[in-house]
Amino acid sequence: MKRKKQLQSLVPWLVTLALFLFWELTCWLFKVPPFVLPRPSLIFTTMYQFRGQIWFHSLQTLFTTIIGFGLAVGGGLLIGLAVGASRIVYTSLYPLLIGFNSIPKVALVPVIVIWFGIGTIPAIITAFSIAFFPIAVNVATGLATIEPEMRDVLRSLGASRYEILTKVGIPRSTPYLFASLKIAITLSFIGSVISETVASNQGIGYLMLSASSRFEVPLVFAGLLVVGAMGIAMYAICVLFEQRMTKWAFRGSELSA
Amino acid sequence: MADNAFVDLHNVSLAYGEDEERILAVENLNLAIEKGDFVAVVGPSGCGKSSLMKLVTGLLPPTGGTIFVDGRQVTGPIEGVGMAFQSSTLMPWRTTLDNIMLPFEIVKPHKHRLRTNRSEYVAAGERILQSVGLGNFTHKYPWQLSGGMQQRANLCRALIHEPQLLMLDEPFGALDAFTREELWSVMQNLWLEKRFTAVLVTHDLREAAYLSDTVHVMSKRPGQFIFSKKIDIPRPRTLETTFTPQFIDIVHSLREKISNEHEL
Ligand SMILES: Nc1ncnc2c1ncn2[C@@H]1O[C@H](COP(=O)(O)OP(=O)(O)OP(=O)(O)O)[C@@H](O)[C@H]1O
Ligand SMILES: [Mg+2]
Repeated sequence: MKRKKQLQSLVPWLVTLALFLFWELTCWLFKVPPFVLPRPSLIFTTMYQFRGQIWFHSLQTLFTTIIGFGLAVGGGLLIGLAVGASRIVYTSLYPLLIGFNSIPKVALVPVIVIWFGIGTIPAIITAFSIAFFPIAVNVATGLATIEPEMRDVLRSLGASRYEILTKVGIPRSTPYLFASLKIAITLSFIGSVISETVASNQGIGYLMLSASSRFEVPLVFAGLLVVGAMGIAMYAICVLFEQRMTKWAFRGSELSA
Repeated sequence: MADNAFVDLHNVSLAYGEDEERILAVENLNLAIEKGDFVAVVGPSGCGKSSLMKLVTGLLPPTGGTIFVDGRQVTGPIEGVGMAFQSSTLMPWRTTLDNIMLPFEIVKPHKHRLRTNRSEYVAAGERILQSVGLGNFTHKYPWQLSGGMQQRANLCRALIHEPQLLMLDEPFGALDAFTREELWSVMQNLWLEKRFTAVLVTHDLREAAYLSDTVHVMSKRPGQFIFSKKIDIPRPRTLETTFTPQFIDIVHSLREKISNEHEL
């Protein structure tokens, strides 16, 4: 049993390694030129070579992502609670939210730049605007799916709407909230990198754009890998939180073990 | 009609939906329940038994007629009733003890005293869990309990704040026969001790006869009371009681009334 678990946690690493090997071999076999698709070995040496720059720009991206994500959690939670708890807010706000979510966020960046200039702030706002929607929708769904019997039990005890919200609504929607955080954190990365490529002189997005304009393709790929790795790390942290906070939602399933 | 009845329904009717979709669930319901009585309500499926429970507790407003509980007309959810449903509706994020303490957090005056007198309330919670045989499960989560244990906890939660009125909507419906019969005796003991007024909805006629002082039979939809049967069997009743001729006769006469309703 224990060995099986150890093996399970090893599998993702093995698969990643296999993918890189396959990539390396294919490039070598078909003699793919590095300005089309660089080999992983070249990407990693480039990464090491430019480690100072990459470190600096990664920190910037990480910073804007986390701030944007944090704001999205706060905003999404508030909007989700309001939409889920009140019929009027739901009917009046939902179409607007859907409309806003349908706007490609790249199209927003120029507008934000006009208001706030280039750099950190547009990246934060873009990360926020792309990430708050799934949070709001999930929290609202959690509230909307409270079992009517559970509501009736509380109402027959004389609970106010506020008490129903805090005693059932919020605990009931935490698994939904944490599920959405996993999506939201990756979306935040997408948001801030998009904004950096369009309007910034800092961040991984900027690094990749400027590298590609100089045809330094391996550096572009190094940036891509770094963004991916940061995404995985943040996702893992969210999963850890999820399992901590909502153990009951996983019940006896294997995930909680 | 008794004027001093604890629960009193006058020509109560309830319709769901509007226009073409309008369904008359119950019509011209008249019922009086004395304080401290245990009554059972039986009737064909869909005749409006659950609706009756919601009407009495004020969760649904009647379309017509008036409802009085404890001398006051019911216009909204009445406070501090105990309710238990077929599904146990325990909260999976709370331990069993925290679950059954819920009424203390909501019902006055407990909710204002809970923080300062917490240990006293916890002791009350542990005591009632002990009395239904859940003493060792206070810190387990509901999903770590069996269905029967969950229903026991559910009854504890409905009773812990010592409500004057207990409403049970098929609370033993999902259980196997053995567990169910065991819980009848648990329920009877709780009632003999506290003597609250209780209304039990059930499909099980033996359960109705075992637990109640009076069984009321409802017609099919729109539901009306068509027959009442007093159960004059001394308490405490035991499983042996259910095999006596008198008990069997009662169950037979009830079954007859209900199967008539099904055939109509
Ligand atoms: N929310 C609702 N909206 C519309 N119609 C409803 C609603 N709830 C119940 N009804 C209708 O009212 C009638 C009575 O329902 P109710 O749940 O009170 O029956 P019941 O006697 O409890 O049935 P059962 O024994 O199967 O639990 C049913 O015919 C049902 O179709
Ligand atoms: Mg019912």
